[in-house]
Amino acid sequence: MAPRIKRLRKIIQPPVVKGFKPYGVTNTEQNEKSIILLYEEYEAIRLCDYKMYNHLQASEIINVSRPTFTRIYASARQKIAKAFAEGREIKINGGNVYYDSPWYHCNTCSCYFNNPNIDDVIRNCPLCGSRDIVSDNFSPVSQETLVDDYDDYCICPNCGYEKKHEYGEPCNKVVCPQCNSFMRRKKFF
Amino acid sequence: MKIAITSTGNSLESNIDQRFARCAYFVIYNTENKAIEFIPNPNKNKQTGAGPATVQFIASYNVNKIISGEIGANSKAILDSLKIQMILIKEPERKIKEIIDMLENS
Repeated sequence: MAPRIKRLRKIIQPPVVKGFKPYGVTNTEQNEKSIILLYEEYEAIRLCDYKMYNHLQASEIINVSRPTFTRIYASARQKIAKAFAEGREIKINGGNVYYDSPWYHCNTCSCYFNNPNIDDVIRNCPLCGSRDIVSDNFSPVSQETLVDDYDDYCICPNCGYEKKHEYGEPCNKVVCPQCNSFMRRKKFF
Repeated sequence: MKIAITSTGNSLESNIDQRFARCAYFVIYNTENKAIEFIPNPNKNKQTGAGPATVQFIASYNVNKIISGEIGANSKAILDSLKIQMILIKEPERKIKEIIDMLENS
């Protein structure tokens, strides 16, 4: 049986470095291979130990459950400890993540915009230049866009009449208004 | 800096397209030399996977900002990782000309 699909972890800020290298070590067989720290593990350490959030708060930021967050955090500490104790290099990459950015709303031109570069502070609206902007928890993803939103048509196999498919109404029960035969879905026709 | 605007037609009098991935045309406005370029969207009639394909297409023009009405979940995640700013205007009647005027005056 296939394992359960992992939920994507939300990363607010990508790591500033690609990894860390130990210095003053002689290459032994033990520390030849580097440790790969996943993006979500880096983010867990950043939120918990740098930003001082607790596991529940951090799990809400990263958009996973609290137990899952604790597992990510435990694995991150295990990897970092291993790298320290064995003098190995740490590489930060991989993981099951997506990036997110803060959103703003402009009161002058009523547009929404995000700030992709979290290090820059936004003071003006990028469209109209107005300073009247407020932070907004807006998400551009509405429920409709998650459904397949391409145009769906019913077609009559007899005379070729087309009409827009009504959601929840099977095409093969719809009668063509021109020749009274049953319609079909166009994409399967 | 280059700004991409989604458009319903290929003239300055066209309205902004409320959909990002399946918009009819892209207007690429260059703020440095004020050049305006209309590009038809190759993924307009794609049934699935139009979001990532369009992001890839528009990112190849090295744009820094995208102005549209709505951006889907898949496209948003990729745009976030590419550090392209998204600006959403929820007014379907806004003309391309008006938006470019606003950008010039700001």
